[in-house]
Amino acid sequence: MTASSQDLRDRWKSFSKCVCDGARLMVGQGDYEVYAAHVRKTHPDQTPMTEREFFRNRENARFGVGNRNGFRCC
Amino acid sequence: MEVIRKHGPWALVGALGAAALAIVATERGEAVNALWIVVAAICVYLIAYRYYSLFIAEKVMRLDPTRPTPAVRHNDGLDYVPTNRSVLFGHHFAAIAGAGPLVGPVLAAQMGYLPGLLWILAGVVFAGAVQDFIVLYVSMRRDGRSLGELIRAELGTIPGIIALIGTFLIMIILLAVLALIVVKALTGSPWGTFTVMATIPIALLMGVYSRYIRPGKIGEVSIIGFILLMLAIIYGGSVADHPTWGPAFTYTGTQLCWMLIGYGFVASILPVWLLLAPRDYLSTFLKIGTIIGLALGIAFVAPHMKMPAVTKFVDGTGPVWSGQLFPFLFITIACGAVSGFHSLISSGTTPKLIASEADARFIGYGGMLMESFVAVMALVSACVIDPGVYFTMNSPAALVGTTPETAAAAVTNLGFMVTPETIAEAAKDVGETTIISRAGGAPTLAVGMAHIISSAIGGKAMMAFWYHFAILFEALFILTAVDAGTRACRFMIQDLIGLAVPSFKQTTAWVPSILATALCVSAWGYFLYQGVTDPLGGINTLWPLFGISNQMLAAVALTLCTVVIFKMKRERYAFVTIVPTLWLCICTLTAGWQKIFSADPRIGFLSHADRYATALAEGKILAPAKTIDQMNQIVFNDRIDAVLAALFIGLVVAIAAFGILSCIRAFRADRWTALETDAAAVPAE
Repeated sequence: MTASSQDLRDRWKSFSKCVCDGARLMVGQGDYEVYAAHVRKTHPDQTPMTEREFFRNRENARFGVGNRNGFRCC
Repeated sequence: MEVIRKHGPWALVGALGAAALAIVATERGEAVNALWIVVAAICVYLIAYRYYSLFIAEKVMRLDPTRPTPAVRHNDGLDYVPTNRSVLFGHHFAAIAGAGPLVGPVLAAQMGYLPGLLWILAGVVFAGAVQDFIVLYVSMRRDGRSLGELIRAELGTIPGIIALIGTFLIMIILLAVLALIVVKALTGSPWGTFTVMATIPIALLMGVYSRYIRPGKIGEVSIIGFILLMLAIIYGGSVADHPTWGPAFTYTGTQLCWMLIGYGFVASILPVWLLLAPRDYLSTFLKIGTIIGLALGIAFVAPHMKMPAVTKFVDGTGPVWSGQLFPFLFITIACGAVSGFHSLISSGTTPKLIASEADARFIGYGGMLMESFVAVMALVSACVIDPGVYFTMNSPAALVGTTPETAAAAVTNLGFMVTPETIAEAAKDVGETTIISRAGGAPTLAVGMAHIISSAIGGKAMMAFWYHFAILFEALFILTAVDAGTRACRFMIQDLIGLAVPSFKQTTAWVPSILATALCVSAWGYFLYQGVTDPLGGINTLWPLFGISNQMLAAVALTLCTVVIFKMKRERYAFVTIVPTLWLCICTLTAGWQKIFSADPRIGFLSHADRYATALAEGKILAPAKTIDQMNQIVFNDRIDAVLAALFIGLVVAIAAFGILSCIRAFRADRWTALETDAAAVPAE
């Protein structure tokens, strides 16, 4: 019983994470943890941006100067 | 046995779909339940996805799940990130679905639901989804490069420039037509105008909140924004009834037109975090939520289709837009069946985020099927309302007048019985003073949605709320598109002028930015103003131009795909892209030709111009013009539109010619000539 409710909880957790990630990526915000882990792993000499910097960086990449990524279809 | 286990369930799906389609197509005299349409559509999508997209993936593309994608090769945690395919599906779908699939089918409903439905289904399976999928594949195999770069690399520099100019023209027309939809929905509607205007301070507040107070908390700020929006809708009704505030928010089309032009200019030079980004959250989440809500509403309410399967307007005499079923139906419904714009998205951020090549099928082909489903729901929404009300809302004022009595007489005369009381009642139900001549699709969709959702939640008392909710939701993402589009357009102009004057390219410098923005805004503003003052309602002129340009871009993208298939020496499968390319060329060229040269002034720009020019020569003034100046303006506008249509024709012909040449060259070559990035060249991290 406990095993299956644990399983159910895990499933719910991964489902809701998927929904949240999906919603964030819809407006151009990728996963900060994935980014930070990536920088720590592949560029140990660099400090990753803070979460706030990452947020602004993504906002700019979507709509900022010179970028057309935020443009929507009809 | 194996065969039965593998294909048996799919055969059942196919049989169910065929049965549903048969019911939809053959039922006469009795209203069809909308659920049959939904079932037919879903079965078609499932079969197409299971078999046709698999065929394309295996035979045409030979997708290789072991081959590193750009996201794997260039993983930087930012632009290139291997992403879960469901998450990426959401991202891709949110980027491709906009106002198009909601408006086109509503306009097409004047011919009945059947022609539109069949084109949406056939179009998406054989053209739209194929285009999205193959462009995604082509871009994914080339480091996620953009459509313009791909065309330049595979077809040559000149076709690349032609495609760039084409994209620019489409943007201008798209922005004008989107803005026109907002104007049509808000003219003389204080409730709607108040709620839409309220989104600006709400977005500013959200912008400050997510910049300084709690950065990055998108969920939080969106919920705050959503609550404020709902309050704006609820109190919008009281504002509209207020003796001073009501009239203060009542505007004519021309006034709204100038406001939108001013808005577009200011909004696109403000910092992105202040207005654009926060409103993007609202419009994106509201859009997804509304689509889900509409789907649940249709499933739950199971409304009946009141519009006939086919109306007599297939002969081209319809009041909503002019022209016969072929070719005009096929350009009226672009998004939802096939939309060239998607090729820009499929070669944008999505290919940089794909984790495995095998995911491209679900995201590219599946994403477009999903958008097509939105189009089917829009068609259903337009067809569940009383056809008399539908034609009252979508006919130009020149035809139906401005009072319920004149409108009822005119629409009944068209063959759709409606009484003045029904019209007045319909307006009252949704909290508006009038619903006559609210062309542009959005208000009709809003009435349809209000009809469906209020049957599930709230009943008649909530109908006005749902109507204004639907108007707000459409206006919200249209304004986001106007803002983002003006920005994108401005960068394009700066790039183009930058070719001649390099200093103009600096996107951070004030003078070039403001100049380019002004240029862009005046370009779409010109067409918007022309649409607002158009005697036939504007949609009749601008929507076909938009459809032609959008399908033209699709033809360009599919030509690129065909060339790539030839270059990969897989020409025996090239029919997959050649057939839709040919069909789109036939449609856009015929429609473009008729828009220019048709002798019917309701269709042909030149004959319309001639009618006014002849009257001018005789010193007469034709309605709606009131002065000689306005007469001259109409003649001039018509000729500009004719030139634009001619440009689109030239573009299609030029790209097709370059495409054929490239295909012949690739066919004669004795080896693979496509320019894919070598999978082994950059080792995976």
